[in-house]
Amino acid sequence: MNYEAVIGLEVHVQLKTASKMFTRVAAGYGAPPNTLTDPVVLALPGALPVLNKEALDKIIKAGLMLGCTIAPVCKWDRKNYFYPDSPKNYQISQYDQPICLAGSVEIELPGEARNIMGEHKQIPLTRIHLEEDVGKLTHEVHDSLVDYNRAGTPLMEIVSEPAMHSAEEAFAFLTSLRMTMVQGGISDCDMEKGQLRCDANISIRPIGQTKLGVKVELKNLNSISYVRDGIALEIRRQTAVLTGGGSIVQETRQYDGEAGTSVAMRSKEMAHDYRYFPDPDLLPVQVDAAWRATIQATIPELPYARQRRFITQYQLPYTITAVLVPERALADFFEEVAQLCGHPQAVANWLVNDLRRELAAGGIALAVSKLRPAHLAALVNLVEQGEISMTAAKEVFNDMFQTGEAPAVIVMRKNLKQSTDSGALEQWVQAAIVANPKAVAEFLAGKEQAINAVKGAVMKASQGKANPRLVDELVRRQLLAGKS
Amino acid sequence: MNSSAEINIEYVARLARLALTATEQAKLSQQLGDILHYVDKLKQVEVAGIEPMAHGSPVFNVWAADVVVAGLSVEEALRNAPEQRADSIVVPKVVE
Amino acid sequence: MLAAKSISASELMQAFVARTTAVEGRVHAFNSRDEVGALGLAAASDARRAAGQARGPLDGIPIGFKDVIAVEGQPLTASSKMLANFISPYDATVTTKLKAAGAIPWGRLNLDEFAMGSSTENSAFGATANPWDLTRVPGGSSGGSAAAVAAGEMPGALGSDTGGSIRQPAAFCGLVGLKPTYGLVSRYGLAAFASSLDQIGTLTRTVGDAAQLLQVVAGHDSRDSTSLSTVIPDYSAALQKKSRPWRIGVPKEFFGLGLDAEIGAAVQQALAFYRSAGAEITEVSLPLTAEYAIAVYYLIATAEASSNLARYDGIRYGHRTHSATDAISIYAQSRAEGFGEEVKRRIILGTHVLSSGYYDAYYLRAQKVRTLIRGEFMRVFQDCDVLLSPTTPTAAFKLGEKSSDPLAMYLNDIYTIGVNLAGLPGISLPCGFTAGGLPIGLQIIGQPFGEAEMLTIAHTYEQGHSWHTKYPNL
Repeated sequence: MNYEAVIGLEVHVQLKTASKMFTRVAAGYGAPPNTLTDPVVLALPGALPVLNKEALDKIIKAGLMLGCTIAPVCKWDRKNYFYPDSPKNYQISQYDQPICLAGSVEIELPGEARNIMGEHKQIPLTRIHLEEDVGKLTHEVHDSLVDYNRAGTPLMEIVSEPAMHSAEEAFAFLTSLRMTMVQGGISDCDMEKGQLRCDANISIRPIGQTKLGVKVELKNLNSISYVRDGIALEIRRQTAVLTGGGSIVQETRQYDGEAGTSVAMRSKEMAHDYRYFPDPDLLPVQVDAAWRATIQATIPELPYARQRRFITQYQLPYTITAVLVPERALADFFEEVAQLCGHPQAVANWLVNDLRRELAAGGIALAVSKLRPAHLAALVNLVEQGEISMTAAKEVFNDMFQTGEAPAVIVMRKNLKQSTDSGALEQWVQAAIVANPKAVAEFLAGKEQAINAVKGAVMKASQGKANPRLVDELVRRQLLAGKS
Repeated sequence: MNSSAEINIEYVARLARLALTATEQAKLSQQLGDILHYVDKLKQVEVAGIEPMAHGSPVFNVWAADVVVAGLSVEEALRNAPEQRADSIVVPKVVE
Repeated sequence: MLAAKSISASELMQAFVARTTAVEGRVHAFNSRDEVGALGLAAASDARRAAGQARGPLDGIPIGFKDVIAVEGQPLTASSKMLANFISPYDATVTTKLKAAGAIPWGRLNLDEFAMGSSTENSAFGATANPWDLTRVPGGSSGGSAAAVAAGEMPGALGSDTGGSIRQPAAFCGLVGLKPTYGLVSRYGLAAFASSLDQIGTLTRTVGDAAQLLQVVAGHDSRDSTSLSTVIPDYSAALQKKSRPWRIGVPKEFFGLGLDAEIGAAVQQALAFYRSAGAEITEVSLPLTAEYAIAVYYLIATAEASSNLARYDGIRYGHRTHSATDAISIYAQSRAEGFGEEVKRRIILGTHVLSSGYYDAYYLRAQKVRTLIRGEFMRVFQDCDVLLSPTTPTAAFKLGEKSSDPLAMYLNDIYTIGVNLAGLPGISLPCGFTAGGLPIGLQIIGQPFGEAEMLTIAHTYEQGHSWHTKYPNL
């Protein structure tokens, strides 16, 4: 029998705010243990929560980017459970009135080949709500240590519908979601820092059956490749169980990415009874049209929409857009330069090849690089207008990247200007024809590439400064003139 | 609906993380049974269409700007800790 | 008094220290006190006054704190074994305000553990006695605050009122007890019992003192989301104002069965006083409040408390058991050892009413009836400025008299609880004594943020009587 997997994801995304969700002590990663606390974080007697407006703005932005309905009224509920990483022993969350409803994430599946765009589809979302993160437990030999620095960090929970059917789709979902959240400035989504975390609900059913199979929750998918590998493993495991005549047990399993295995987690002492109730310390939030509009105005173009536009508007190949678009800064830079100089393909090539190489080599971000859009535009123009050769342009680019100087200055300093003095050129061409009789004969006999030897000699004579197009033109003219 | 005077003390005590002796359980069952019987009178009130009052006052949109305010030092944060090591709270080993 | 320099703050503080030393063995109003610190602050106050930098009428005045309100560097026990060794690393907002006004935090005052009770018998550190009769309770849960002021150990104290916890002890101890409108005084730094009902208030000898103390602690606080932005009037100035003839409503249900005859008579005399002062007295009806307020209160308060008290787990602070070895039993065991009987009872009840399958029948229904109760009060206030009633159905009862019957204890709060459910201000002031010499309390209930008018009406009564000048023989 053939089975179909049904996958839903629960993704937790930490919002990028300066202070915590319900108090104004700093939020952040990597500080020494218990240095980001206050009476609210530690749940000292008498401490009270106060909402972070920026966290609300950010989740509304996330919701609008994902096409969610923003609820006109949402409220805060307490989810009661005891755990050492939860200082109040309840988590402030949103239970039955989340701030964002529905919406979807556009995903792209792998194409037939690397240079062919894959199929796109919309994965529907159930909801997005806002809550607070918990502290961090470190397990030692005899006991555990608790650090509350992370406790109270604004955390967005994005719940998808059970609408994915393969590990590839789940991978694509998370890739797209991360790209969107990073480009919206909502989160840095660094999975190593726990800023993006993913749990998956996975079941399988015979193809054609509409009823869902028994669901297994898979946790600890803490890298994007673990999401793909862990889900693929779980689908294989469930298929093997059913094929072998067994049945699936509803359970929570922990994925071990290094070992490529998963184990059932120790079953909870009792079924969850979280006793949700509205938090009397926090008042409900009303989001009106004006607020929505203010946030809407800050939303960037969505990555896949932008990619489609780049392909049609700038005639860029898919592979180039697939490099440019996922990095908003790079894509923004591209558009700025392309607007300035009007040679989008050339600009894209500089960015995708040369700029990315230099950034990677220097280990720096585009935002802090010395390269100015106007300078790259000027460089592209110098090449397009035949002012400098491509070889020279590469040199100018590297110099520009290091010094931040304008290309004209560098060309002057390094004396890289292409020679367009046709008097000198004519002489070099004459000399080259005389010096290469064999190549000339072969070219005239119809061997096209033999012309390169003559052109090479001219370039050499000009010390690389001759405009190659002009050289080609002159050499051909003279050779053909000699023939007649 | 559940018969409201019934209370599963053992289950609730586990939820509330309260270790109760058998004597305490028996006493609480009886006392809370009385109280639940008393509050059963609320069933007489017609509440159809009435909004629940979850807060002391009907106000919306109270928040603060995202501006950092200094918190507690590690020493202050751990001052009342029953057990600490390496600037962290020590708890018995948690098994997942 | 201090402003007139007839006595220095240090002399005043020394007098209260001496009085406390003399009577505290019998009253047991304090959980702890820092005499050296208080005398130091008094000296600083005198220095300010000498330099012409006095901070106002409360500069140099000792004020007691119910032991649930945070003062930096001082214990905060909530009268619970759970917090027996807890030192607060921060100030409550009311503490910050009082310190800024120059007041001297004087002592941590006893209460029913986590403010759960009406007698101050539910304290891990022993009961407090009523200064008027040491065999009787001072009321609760702010019993330590009331007893301390009544015994002359301090001129005023802060308490907290969730269902009557300021007004009832004020009535039992012959004091003025003020519970402000929900949201007028910040709750930041008040160890929560029931968040939607709790409000910090004052216990003083006179209405004028209550007005001065409220003036300092009232006002919006950005650290408490439920604290409301409202203009704070000059309460002391308001006391002197002549306003139009008051319309006083008298809820007929509050004079029914169970009301002690002596108390009923004292309240009727107070009504006669107001009538003679030109007030228009109208009988009003609060049938839902009278019938259902206690049931609603015990569902909402315990549900919120079960969650509010979850933080007391012996992990980050507080009592940690020595008999547990794993992460599950450390909670259950520490909490079993750290909490007293009444706290456990309410946590269990509150957990139950929120648990799966019961939420709608109990908690949600209670919230809806609460809406109706608030509506009932607001309707009555369309025709009245204030409501007037007894504060309690009986005067102070004997220590141990009701501690075995929780429901009987809960029913004692019948006249005060509706005020908390509706979020209204209420005040209790002395209006006589029983034949046995026990104080009787008169309750005035105001409209939301109607403290000024409520205080003025109370002050008018006080000016016409001398109950507040009587002291217990200790």
